[in-house]
Amino acid sequence: MTNQPTTSIARGAKTSALLVRFLGSMNLAITLLVALSIAAIIGTVLQQNQPYTDYVIKFGPFWFELFQQLGLYDVYSSGWFLFILFFLVVSTSTCIYRNAPNMLREMREYRENSTLETLKNYPNTYSWSLSSTHAEVLEVTQKLFQHNGYSARIKEGDGHTLVSGMKGAGSRLGYVLTHLAIVLVCIGGLIDGNAILKARELLGQITTETRNLPADEVPEISRLGVENMSFRGSVSIPESRESDVLFINYKDGYLVQELPFSVEVKDFRIEHYLSGQPKSFESDLVIHDDRLAEPLQQTISVNYPLIYDGYSIYQASFSDGGSELELLAWPLSGSGTAQKKLETKVGDDLQLNLFNESWVLETSNFRLFNINPSDDPSKKFKNAGPSVQFKMRDKTGEAKEFLNYMVPVEREGQLYYLSGVRSSPAEEFKYLYVPVDDAGGIDRFMNYLHALNDKTLLMDLAAKQNVTGSSLPSQDSAKFNEAMVRLVGVFLKSGMNGVIEQVEKNVPADKREDVTKLYVRVIQQMLGAVYLDVLAKEGVDVSLGVDEKKAAFFDAASAAISSIDRYGSPVYFQLTSFVHHQASGLQIAKAPGKNLVYPGCAMLILGVFLMFYAPQKRMWAWFETTEDGIKLLLSGHAVRDNMDFSAEYQQLQAQFGRILSP
Amino acid sequence: MNSTQTALQFEIDKQSFWKGLTPFDWVWSIVVMLGTAYAYVMYQDLMDVYEKGILVSTGVGLVFLGWSWKAMRGLSIAVFLLSILGISRYVNGLSDADTDFFLRFLVSGQSAVMWMSALYVLATVTYFIAFFGRSDFAGKVASAMTWSATTMGLVGLMVRWRESYLIGIDVGHIPVSNLYEVFILFSIITALLYLFYERRYQTRALGGFVLLIISAAVAFLLWYTFDRQADEIQPLVPALKSYWMKIHVPANFVGYGAFALAAMVGTAFLVRAKADERGSNGIATTLPDLDVLDDLMYKSIALGFAFFTLATILGALWAAEAWGGYWSWDPKETWALIVWLNYAAWLHMRLTKGWRGKPMAAWAIIGLFVTLFAFLGVNMFLSGLHSYGEL
Repeated sequence: MTNQPTTSIARGAKTSALLVRFLGSMNLAITLLVALSIAAIIGTVLQQNQPYTDYVIKFGPFWFELFQQLGLYDVYSSGWFLFILFFLVVSTSTCIYRNAPNMLREMREYRENSTLETLKNYPNTYSWSLSSTHAEVLEVTQKLFQHNGYSARIKEGDGHTLVSGMKGAGSRLGYVLTHLAIVLVCIGGLIDGNAILKARELLGQITTETRNLPADEVPEISRLGVENMSFRGSVSIPESRESDVLFINYKDGYLVQELPFSVEVKDFRIEHYLSGQPKSFESDLVIHDDRLAEPLQQTISVNYPLIYDGYSIYQASFSDGGSELELLAWPLSGSGTAQKKLETKVGDDLQLNLFNESWVLETSNFRLFNINPSDDPSKKFKNAGPSVQFKMRDKTGEAKEFLNYMVPVEREGQLYYLSGVRSSPAEEFKYLYVPVDDAGGIDRFMNYLHALNDKTLLMDLAAKQNVTGSSLPSQDSAKFNEAMVRLVGVFLKSGMNGVIEQVEKNVPADKREDVTKLYVRVIQQMLGAVYLDVLAKEGVDVSLGVDEKKAAFFDAASAAISSIDRYGSPVYFQLTSFVHHQASGLQIAKAPGKNLVYPGCAMLILGVFLMFYAPQKRMWAWFETTEDGIKLLLSGHAVRDNMDFSAEYQQLQAQFGRILSP
Repeated sequence: MNSTQTALQFEIDKQSFWKGLTPFDWVWSIVVMLGTAYAYVMYQDLMDVYEKGILVSTGVGLVFLGWSWKAMRGLSIAVFLLSILGISRYVNGLSDADTDFFLRFLVSGQSAVMWMSALYVLATVTYFIAFFGRSDFAGKVASAMTWSATTMGLVGLMVRWRESYLIGIDVGHIPVSNLYEVFILFSIITALLYLFYERRYQTRALGGFVLLIISAAVAFLLWYTFDRQADEIQPLVPALKSYWMKIHVPANFVGYGAFALAAMVGTAFLVRAKADERGSNGIATTLPDLDVLDDLMYKSIALGFAFFTLATILGALWAAEAWGGYWSWDPKETWALIVWLNYAAWLHMRLTKGWRGKPMAAWAIIGLFVTLFAFLGVNMFLSGLHSYGEL
C-alpha cells in the first residue's frame, strides 16, 4: 500500500523527465527550425494581406475558402504559425534549462581534479624529464599559461603539482546568450505581432469593420482603446487637418485605434532630384495633447520618425488630400452640344446630368507629377505632368475608370492629350490619343468630331464629292450620297475596323477587296472634306491645301476617332485647373516588445561571436619531483576547433621545450 | 636573472603582439589614422554622428586588419593610390570619363570594374591550369591576378562613390545601393575571404573552385551592365538615405561571401571524397585533406552566420526607423530568416550532433542556393519593400 504513492511519484518524475528530454531534444529543435522555414516560404510565395476579393479572383471560391481556413492570407499571424513559434520558445527554453547550469559550471570549472591517467589520454600530450627546479617549472608554467591567454589555478597534490589553465569561457556564455536571445526575441515578437488582437477577436471582444465608414461612425466593437499596448496602424491626414485615430488593416477589413493625442499635419513636402525622382518625403507635424503645456512641433521624414510617449510616428506614404479640380466635359457623340464646366474634389462623388444621361463622377486621385520611364535614351525619366483618376458610373452601376493627363505629351512629332480607360482595376489602361491643335487646345478636334456627327453637313459635303468620277442621275447620286454619309456613320460608331467587318459580312469574297478600297477612299474623302470645312470655319485659308502640320493633325484626329468606340465613354474630361491639396500617410506604432527584442538582438550578436571566436580550451601542466629531476606533463583539450587547438598546443609545447632544459 | 628566466622572457617577447609589430606596421597605423583624421576634418559637416562613428571605426578597423593580415596593407595602398588617380582625373565633371586616357582605360568606376571582371575570369582559368597542370608558378600567377582583380574592384567602387557626387551633391552615396554595386561587393568579399584562407592553409588548389562562383557573379554583372545599363548611377530612394546602409549591406555581404566560399569548399570536398572512395591517385588528391576542407567549410559558415546574424539585426533596426517596425515579414526579411534558420540547423548538426563529411558538404551547397534565392530570387520573383534592384 505504501508503495503506491512512491511509484506514482516516480512515474510522474519519469514522465516529466521524458517530456523535458523530448522538448529539449536537438531533433525537435531541428524539426521546428525546418517547419518554421517552410511556413515562412509559404508566406512569401502567396502574397499576404491582399484584399479578399483579389484572392477569390485568383483561386476561385473553393480554394479561396480552404486557404482562408488554413490562414494562408496572413500566415505569420495564423494559429498554426504562432503554435510553431510557441513550441520553438518552449523547446529553446527547455534546452537552456537543461544545459545552462552545466555550461555555467563549465565556465568556472578548472578541472583541478584531473588525474594523470585522464591527462595522458588527451590527444595533445607531451612529457619531459627536466633538470630544472620545481620553482622554475612553476614560474615558467604560470607565465606561459598567462601569456597565452590561459587563466590558471595551482593545486598541490600528493607529491605533484597541477597547474590547470583555461580560456575561452565566453563560448559557454555565448551558448546561454544566443539561446536566451531566441526566447526573448520570439516573446517580444509575439507581443508586437497581432497574436493579442487575434485572441481578443476569438473572445468576441472585437470584430473587423468591412464597410467604408468615417472613423467616428465605426461601432465600438471595431474600436481599440488607448489601453491597447501594441499595434501598428496607419492614417492619411490631409494638410492642415488632424487625426486622433488610426486604422489597422486586419483580415478583410480594418479596426480603428484611438490615440491619447491628436496629430496635425501642417505641411507635407516632396522634394525631387534634378532627374525627377523623389528625394525626400517630409511632414511638419504638430502633436496636440492636453498633457503638453504647448503643442509639440516636429518635422518627420522617411528614416527620421518622431517618438512621442512610446508611440513612434513614421512618414509612410502620401496621397491626395482632396485637391480641387476644374474639368471640362466634352461630348464625344452627337453634334452641336457645347462642352460643360465641372468642379469637383478628389474623394468626392459628383452627381451629373450630362448630355441627357445621369452619371456619378467618382474622383479618386490627382497627381501633380507623373515620373515615368523615358523613351528618350538620353534621359531615364520624364515628367508627364499632372493627372486625374476617376470613375464614371452609369445608372446601372457599371463603371469605367479613367486616367487623364493635363499636359500634352509628344509622340512622333505630334502632341496629344492622353486619356486612359479600363473596366476593372485588374486591367491596364488603354489610351486615347487626342491631338492638340495649333492653338494648343482640343477645340479643333472636337469641332471636327462634332462636324462628323452632323448629318446635314455630311449630306451637303457628300453632294459636293465626286467619288466615282462619273456623272450619275440625280436620284442615284442622292442614294450614293446617303450611302457615303452612312459609311461615315459606321466609321464613327465602330472605327475603320467596323467598316471592314461590315464589308466582310455583306460583300461576297471575290469583290471584297474592291469594295473595301472604295469604302476607304470614300471615308477618306469625306473625312478630308469635313476637316477642310472645319478649318474653313475656323478662318483658315484652305484654298491652297493644308500645310504639313495640319495634315498630320488630320491623320492623328482621324485615328483617334477611329478608336473612340473602344474608348467607350460618351464624354471626354479635360482637366483645366486645380488647387493641389496633399495628405501625408503616417504609420503610428507602439511596440513594447522592442524592450525584449532589442536586448535579445544584442545578446544574439554577442553570443554568436563569443561562441565561434572564443572556444573553450584547457591546458594542464602536471609535474613532480623524482630522483631523475622533474617530470613534466603538458596536456591540452578543446571541445571544438581541434585543428587550430593542436597548432596552439604545439606552439606552447615548443615554448616549454625551448625554455626548460632537459 | 638566470638562463631559464632569460629564455622565458625571450619567448614572451617574441610572441608579444605589440612587440611583434614592425616599424612598417606603425607607419601603416599612423598613415591610416592621419587619413581618417583628414576625412573627418574635411567632411565633418556632411556627416551625422553615426557616419562619423562609422568613419572612425573603419579607420581603426583598417589598422588592425593591416596588422593582423599584412597583405591588406599592400592592397589598401594600391587601392588608395589608384582611387586617388581616378578621382583626380575628374576635372570638368563626369564627361572626363570619355576623354581622359586614364579614366577611359583604367580607373573610371566602370573601367575599373571591367578590369576586375576580366582579371577574376582569367584568375579562375589560371587557378584551374595550376590545379590540373600541378604548376606552382601558375598558382602564384592566379593568386596575383585575384589580388589585382580585388584591387581593381575596390578602386571601381571608390571612384564610383566619387562619381555619384559628381552627378550632384545630393545624389552622392556609397556604392552599395543596387544589385550592380552589390555584385561587385560580393565578388570582392568572396575573393578576400578566399585569399585569407589560401594563405592560412597554404593551398591554392581551392582557387579555381571558389573563383568559379565569382566568375558566375561577374557573368551576371556583365549581362546586367550591357543588357540593362545597370552601371548607371541612380539617386537613392528616400528609404535608403540612411547611415544604416553603410553597415547593413557590407555586413550582409560578408555573410553571403562566406556562404558562397563554404559551398565551393563543399564542392571540393565532394570531389575529394569521391576520389578517395575510388582510391584514385588522380588530380583530385592534390586537394587538401578532407578534415582540412571540413574545417574550412565550418569556419566559413561560422563566419558567414555570425555576420549574417549581425546584418539581419542591423537590417531590423534600420527597418524600425524606415518602415515603422523591426520586422514586417517582407519577403526579403523572411528569406533572410530562412537562410539564417538553414545555417543555424547546419551548425547545430555539426556542433551538437557531430555530423561531418559528405552530407554536410552537400548541405553547404544547397545552402548557397537558398542564399542565392534570398539575395537574387526575391528581387526577381517576389515583390516587397526591398525592391531596390529589379531585373
